[in-house]
Amino acid sequence: MARRRDVSTRLTRRNFLALAAAGAAAGTHHLAFPAVVRAQEPIRIGQLIPFTGFLGAIGEYGKQGATLAVEELNEKGGVLGRKIELITEDEANPGVAVQKARKLIEKDRVVAIEGLVSSASCLAVGDEVQRAKILMINAGANSDEIRSKRCHRYVFSTEGCNTQYVSAIGNWLIRERKISRWYFLTSDYAFGHDLLRVARNLLMANKGTEVGSDLAPTGTTDFSQYITKIKAAKPDLVFHNLAGADVTNFLKQYAEAGMTLEVAGGVIDSAYAWPVGESLRGHFPIIWWHELATPGSHAWAARYVKRWGRPPDNQAYGDYVAVHAIAQAVDRAKSTDSAKLVQALEGHTLTAAMDGLKGRPLTFRAWDHQLLQPMYVVGAKDKSKWKDKWDIFEIVSEVPPRGESLEAIAIPKAESQCQLEPLA
Amino acid sequence: MTPAVLTEFVLNGLVLGALYVLMALGLSIIFGMIGVINFAHGALFTLGAYVAFQVKDALGFPATLVVSPVLVGVLGMLIEATLLRRLYREDPLQGLLLTFGLTMVLEQGIRMVWGLSPKQFDVPPAFGGALRLGALTYSKYRSFILLAVVVLIVALTLFLQKTPVGTIVRAGSRDPMMVRLLGISLKPVLTLVFGLGTAFAAIAGVLSAPLAGVQPAMGVNVGTAAFVVVTIGGLGSFWGAILSGLLVGQVVSLSIYFQPRAAEASMYILMAVILLLRPRGLMGERWEKFE
Repeated sequence: MARRRDVSTRLTRRNFLALAAAGAAAGTHHLAFPAVVRAQEPIRIGQLIPFTGFLGAIGEYGKQGATLAVEELNEKGGVLGRKIELITEDEANPGVAVQKARKLIEKDRVVAIEGLVSSASCLAVGDEVQRAKILMINAGANSDEIRSKRCHRYVFSTEGCNTQYVSAIGNWLIRERKISRWYFLTSDYAFGHDLLRVARNLLMANKGTEVGSDLAPTGTTDFSQYITKIKAAKPDLVFHNLAGADVTNFLKQYAEAGMTLEVAGGVIDSAYAWPVGESLRGHFPIIWWHELATPGSHAWAARYVKRWGRPPDNQAYGDYVAVHAIAQAVDRAKSTDSAKLVQALEGHTLTAAMDGLKGRPLTFRAWDHQLLQPMYVVGAKDKSKWKDKWDIFEIVSEVPPRGESLEAIAIPKAESQCQLEPLA
Repeated sequence: MTPAVLTEFVLNGLVLGALYVLMALGLSIIFGMIGVINFAHGALFTLGAYVAFQVKDALGFPATLVVSPVLVGVLGMLIEATLLRRLYREDPLQGLLLTFGLTMVLEQGIRMVWGLSPKQFDVPPAFGGALRLGALTYSKYRSFILLAVVVLIVALTLFLQKTPVGTIVRAGSRDPMMVRLLGISLKPVLTLVFGLGTAFAAIAGVLSAPLAGVQPAMGVNVGTAAFVVVTIGGLGSFWGAILSGLLVGQVVSLSIYFQPRAAEASMYILMAVILLLRPRGLMGERWEKFE
């Protein structure tokens, strides 16, 4: 209160005139002193990420990752001499997410939006930013659709797509000869359906057998019925296509029911694997894991622990990369105009300022805007080998291996239905 | 479907139903006595699980099972004594709005105190593994839930039927005016009943915690199911809540076997059918004060 009063009393006639003059300069002499006037205004980045519902825990990590990226950038003086400001909103559900995106674009005047976790929300917001012609970076939604049938000129993905994830785990399963009699358990929404389709293709292409498949509503807390069905169907492997808190519940109850059948999945979020604890079993593909042995990852994980008191999960990583990608686009375009940012990112390879932390050059494909990158297959570690409670996974495979093209696990151009719109 | 699989499905449905029964009984006694539909029931379920998470390492699981519901019950009594009480003379909608607001406050409070990440809550070691009954093996912990719910139902019945306070509760839910005319103050009884109802939600939360994972949204689906159960059983009916909870548990469980796509909708379909045939619910009676 005191500070606010202070400002108002200091608003003397002279200050007022100076402000008015600056305002007039901003309005009429835009071309004369653009750098001077704009330097006052931060570059705003909007973040849409879930804080509620069955994906809520991921949002907390995502916000911390993005915040850390903004702090790093501002310590180095921001971008184009301007500070960066992050405005975070709860993506909640597709309807709310679109409303929040409008608010970020129209009221907060953000330069770009990043985040999104639910594929359903990401698809809805993607349509919206394309209409508004504002850059969006999808840092957390996996549906292939976002990069294929419903791709957009203004939408980029730093998050991997289901094809990349399933190719990674598939590569490992084939190598370990685990393509056999599978049972699928799938989250009943856009992401799960898409993942099921990709995983089925993998199984069929390698001459495996599907012995059963169930769709479980999102937010399911009791998986005992599904587990009983799995037990009765006697598969060799259970392949889950679940998301969020459902993964925790399923894996916990699976162990609790005394099930020892092999588990694999098309996705895992470490934020939802940690709470499973010692009963965790199985092998999963992940975009990034904090024990990844690259110098960039080590340094960043250490900074994150120092700032937030716990290791980063894969979503913290995702939003961290997305914010840096936006900053690199602004830097490269020397502009905050979304159309120019889009052009700057098409074919852009992440620079040394933040190279994606994977020890390999990562590039946005120009024709579908997917960031090409390796995935990691992680296996649950026995509790006796943990060094702390976060140390639940070990990386068993990097796919594609070093030296091979990152295109190997991405959606092939011939199979993609992506048709990017013209820029204007 | 082999008999063993069928038995397991029925048992799973029983456990699910037993937790619904606990939730629904809490809702039902609150509604019967106070006439308020407690929207915050799901959030109190979650709170029970979080409090249990907080104290379990210090106290051990058995003590946690008592301490968490008592603490949440005391919070319930405070809510009744400071907030809800002021609205008894107002439109019943206001009580509903208050508890709806409380849901948001509680859920957000939980997020602020414990964060958004799920908390690890393992099955207590004493209940780990499976129980063997002849050819059938079944999770020890789930068997314990069934036993605990039976004990709680018996205890609540004895309390309502055999104790002087229980008699006042039953009388007060039927004819509060007459109870007052007999010179008995209902104020402390209302507080107690609200506390008891919320304690039941908390017990359900603690029992669910080792199975369902402790996270801020864990009470949403269970809370909704509890309303459906109470509606099917008949608002305010004790045995109706029990019968309907078990019925809904079986319907949801078996629909996952036979019609998995309809599993989520099955309880609502059941509710619609029952309300068409018996608008007051399975065991709903005509209550003068609500007509």
